[in-house]
Amino acid sequence: MKIICRCQDVTEDEIIAAIRQGATTIDEIRRLVRAGMGSCQGRTCRRLVAQIISRELKTPPAEIYPPTFRPPNRPVAFELIMSELKRQELEDGEKK
Amino acid sequence: MNRAFDAVIIGGGILGVATAYELARAGMKNVCVLERHYLASGSTGRCGGGFRQQWSTEANTELAMDSVKRLEVLEEELGYRTEFFQGGYLILAHNEEEEKQFAKNVAMQRKLGLDVSIVDADEAVKIVPYLNKEMIRKATWCPKDGHINPFLLTQGYANAARRLGVQINLWTNVVGIMKKSDTFFVMTETGNTYQTPLLFNCAGGFSRSIGQMLNVEIPVDPYRHEILVTEPVERLWDPMVISFSVGLYARQEKSGGMVMGMGDPNEPVGTFVGSSMKFMYEMAQRFTMLFPKLDKLRIVRQWAGLYEMTADAQPILGPVEEVDNFIQASGFSGHGLMLAPAVSQILADMVVNKSRSEVVESLNVKRLYNMKDVVKEKSVV
Repeated sequence: MKIICRCQDVTEDEIIAAIRQGATTIDEIRRLVRAGMGSCQGRTCRRLVAQIISRELKTPPAEIYPPTFRPPNRPVAFELIMSELKRQELEDGEKK
Repeated sequence: MNRAFDAVIIGGGILGVATAYELARAGMKNVCVLERHYLASGSTGRCGGGFRQQWSTEANTELAMDSVKRLEVLEEELGYRTEFFQGGYLILAHNEEEEKQFAKNVAMQRKLGLDVSIVDADEAVKIVPYLNKEMIRKATWCPKDGHINPFLLTQGYANAARRLGVQINLWTNVVGIMKKSDTFFVMTETGNTYQTPLLFNCAGGFSRSIGQMLNVEIPVDPYRHEILVTEPVERLWDPMVISFSVGLYARQEKSGGMVMGMGDPNEPVGTFVGSSMKFMYEMAQRFTMLFPKLDKLRIVRQWAGLYEMTADAQPILGPVEEVDNFIQASGFSGHGLMLAPAVSQILADMVVNKSRSEVVESLNVKRLYNMKDVVKEKSVV
């Protein structure tokens, strides 16, 4: 058993099963078996997933439809956003 | 490759795929779904995943109740796990106006046979801990509402449809449609033409453009709707919780992440689904106002999808006057996933068995042309 997505404990067999159901992209595999849905958002596994797709479907890696990248870059706590908003508010107050 | 079908469905979201499955199940042999990207790549795969029966209009409530009945047996029927979970929906009333509206809604819903009740703030906090009790006057509670994994539900329908002989063509973008006598000619970007006597428009946020290809006005406007998910945490609560006046909904995924989204009344019409910083700021403020103790949750991803809105926030269903056998299932105004199980079945029954459905007739596109007898759905985030 080979773990491909370490955040979500997704094995190679699960990824191959998703490909057998018709998945041909990294995004579809993420949605079906959660590979790349964890804290690192696929930073580690997305290349490995692409390699598996390429091998299983015999497509060159360059032809695999690219995944969507979304914010945030690292996990961000609500309290951090709230303190940033407070800081901006104070800064705006000082300007006035 | 054979490109003549008894029915062609445009759109591989939940509506298109469920309708294909129901058509095949009702005995139609030769059905094809055309999807421009992959399954559930549009609104379906970007939604919050909730299903609720608590609505302000009778049409939506009836369709939603039928849908839940369908969902209750669907995992077994499709032979596919969908994370279907009846954790309930708790809808918060923050002011007197909402309290009055919700009392009306609940009276109507109970008349239709729904198990729904009004609870006070203490009970609400028992159902959804960590809620800011000071902000709540009352809440409505339906334990048979819940949530489901939209990808898995779509895939489950698709796998079952394929087993019944349905052809699902992905990466097939429809660019033009012609109708000569009784046959639709559906043209794709790659230069192929599909022929069919029966065409379904399940194109979600793009259903207006599909209508335009046949000179039919489908008054659906897409709006971006943003949403995010946090890192997984221990189980906090089971229901989907909604507040219309704070403008948010939140639920916990099976895997532990909190999924939450909000409506932005200033969002312009358009099909842009990029992410915004403004949303992250706004969501953080709204969520921590309602759940002050949960401010340590960490966002791992935000994304966006389209709410395909109609003027009354109810779907457009059934035939159109100008073009025979051009069936609409769009304009779900953010609630396609939860209405699809019933709508797909009713539409399939309508075309295969020529049955009639009052709900479908009441949701014909005609109502939006003259805006007569239009009752606006109020329970929308």
